[in-house]
Amino acid sequence: MCVLLAAVLSLVPWQARSQPRTLRIGFVSTLSGGGAALGVDVLDGFNLALRHLGNRLGGLPVEVLTADDQQNPDVARSAVERLLRRDRADLLTGIIFSNVLLAVGDLVFGSGVFYISPNAGPSEYAGSQCNLHFLNVAWQNDNLHEAMGHYAQLKRYETAFILAPNYPAGRDALTGFKRFYKGQVVSEVYTRLGQLDYSAEIAQIRAARPRAVYAFYPGAMGVNFIKQYAEAGLMQQVPLLLPGFSADADVIRAVGKPMVGVFNSSHWALELFNPINRRFVEDFRRSYNRVPALYASQGYDAALAIDHGLRAVGGDLSRKAEFRNAILSGFDSTRGRVRFNRNGYPIQNYYLRQVVESANGEVVNRLVGTIFRNHGDAYASQCRLR
Amino acid sequence: MAGGLVVEQLLNGLQFGLMLFLLSAGLTLVLGVMDVVNLAHGSLYMLGAYVAATVAGATGSFWAGVGAAVVATAAVGLVVEATVLRRVYPRDHLTQVLATFALILVFNEGARIVWGPQALLLSVPPELSRPVAVLPNLTYSAYRLVVLGVGAGLAVLLFLVIHRTRLGMWVRAGASNRAMARAMGVPIQQVFAVVFALSAALSAVAGALLGPILAVQVGMGEDILILAFVVIVIGGIGSVKGSLVGALLVGTVDTAGRAFLPPLFAQLMSPEAASNLGPALASVLIYLLMAVVLFVRPQGLFPVRA
Repeated sequence: MCVLLAAVLSLVPWQARSQPRTLRIGFVSTLSGGGAALGVDVLDGFNLALRHLGNRLGGLPVEVLTADDQQNPDVARSAVERLLRRDRADLLTGIIFSNVLLAVGDLVFGSGVFYISPNAGPSEYAGSQCNLHFLNVAWQNDNLHEAMGHYAQLKRYETAFILAPNYPAGRDALTGFKRFYKGQVVSEVYTRLGQLDYSAEIAQIRAARPRAVYAFYPGAMGVNFIKQYAEAGLMQQVPLLLPGFSADADVIRAVGKPMVGVFNSSHWALELFNPINRRFVEDFRRSYNRVPALYASQGYDAALAIDHGLRAVGGDLSRKAEFRNAILSGFDSTRGRVRFNRNGYPIQNYYLRQVVESANGEVVNRLVGTIFRNHGDAYASQCRLR
Repeated sequence: MAGGLVVEQLLNGLQFGLMLFLLSAGLTLVLGVMDVVNLAHGSLYMLGAYVAATVAGATGSFWAGVGAAVVATAAVGLVVEATVLRRVYPRDHLTQVLATFALILVFNEGARIVWGPQALLLSVPPELSRPVAVLPNLTYSAYRLVVLGVGAGLAVLLFLVIHRTRLGMWVRAGASNRAMARAMGVPIQQVFAVVFALSAALSAVAGALLGPILAVQVGMGEDILILAFVVIVIGGIGSVKGSLVGALLVGTVDTAGRAFLPPLFAQLMSPEAASNLGPALASVLIYLLMAVVLFVRPQGLFPVRA
């Protein structure tokens, strides 16, 4: 009897940790400042998926603990510390910016907690530093830029002027572009992260007279760069190529008509034909009264991936390898079935979209073609995880 | 095409410099005439941008937004002067710094409560959103040209007020010797209130005009306040002429550094290293300029007090 009681008691704390009655998800994201549109989109998409799943993931009721990182690595670090130590979060997600993720990664992985990335996909975590606790449901940072580099190559632009903010994802972006673009890069410019006035860079572009410009600027940076590019009269002179990050609903809403005609790359599109995407797009528009950007689809997919993985382990997150492998072998997303490399990054299609003005005057992205099929990332071979 | 590049960067530098002048003219007057270190000057600039964005959004007219921003910010300036600053005039600079820093926190948190944490959208008026040709081979943003024009116009207006009116005379008297001015019968209390409201109005113009170029968000004032302080130190505290020259110097040096240093470095090293070093050195250039000016003329280029 005593032995039995002791055995039961010894099980209690272990059970409390590994099979929580409520799944506590720490959602750290950029919810204020120039990158807020991205974080809010991911959060809204994530919450919509939760609603569609009856507020349960893998059968467990869910509590989402939200924290604003203000796009500041130090703020993010203290938020993550609080979520792990005080709130005992079972799983983390939500981070937008790669420099923020890289500042907290060791903290999360060191605590043995999974981080399911809905956005930031730094090359650092794709290669030799890949981690059992890290999965990205969206893309590796280079991917969308590789697609646009390939497109620029197909269009045979002889010269290109390329720009990005000076932070890990910005460097990944231009590395990715150059991996597939074989023309001459006349200038490679890195600006301060968060810079808003691009007059000096635009003057350089005008003087360099490239055949195409490629610019990776997410959020408010993208809004300002594209507006100023158009106001300077360059839109008609030098084609501006963009990744989906700088040409989706959040940027289009702010810039409007001057963007019509711009080509951009994405792993997701409004019109992707599958029941999950149709339900996501329709309900997102109805619930939030705006067009979802790719970020929202990523937040939605992050919740679906977690649900898929938890189902495979019966809600027991301590079965780490099984949880991870269940997601890696593929889950049904807004992009259809997505499979993964062993480094935790997707193998998927990348599409070409064009910003168009629809019959009712709405400016939206239209799917025009496929750039890559079943495309992985350049770093997976360096990952030693099995 | 090098000529076009230089002309375009010169326009960029002038446009930025003139906006810096609108900010630093108020700052230098408040510091020079009232002897108050007003760190909350950037908050008034932010307030101007927020009011402009809100009113422009509601009425659909950008210029109505600018007008409302000027009136509302000047009014807030009067209230702040009467309630907070008047109590710290006789105190030392440390107390003033603490009080006005507290104002920054209040304004920032207030803006966050009223307008939310996300940046507001302030668009260029549609009639100015197209480019115009300034040279045969150079198109330039019509809006930036208008900003340049408004800045230059206000600079001229301010000079006329300072040098041709009774109020201007009082202000100059207050800046050069406050005690003597008071003894000669200058109504110092009223002059202080008017100067503070004027400086608030000028910073509101800068905030509203820069709103569409930058972004209307919490914390926008602090970034630019540091530059405004550099300008008034270069120009000489209390001197409007000095702040104009200082602002144009800082504006051109900053733009030129950002435009010409990275390409120069890019020829010597990798683009990443060049982009790290270029902007860093460009921002150091401004402080280098300040250090040189301070070394040669410790009172600034146009000292007010003998």
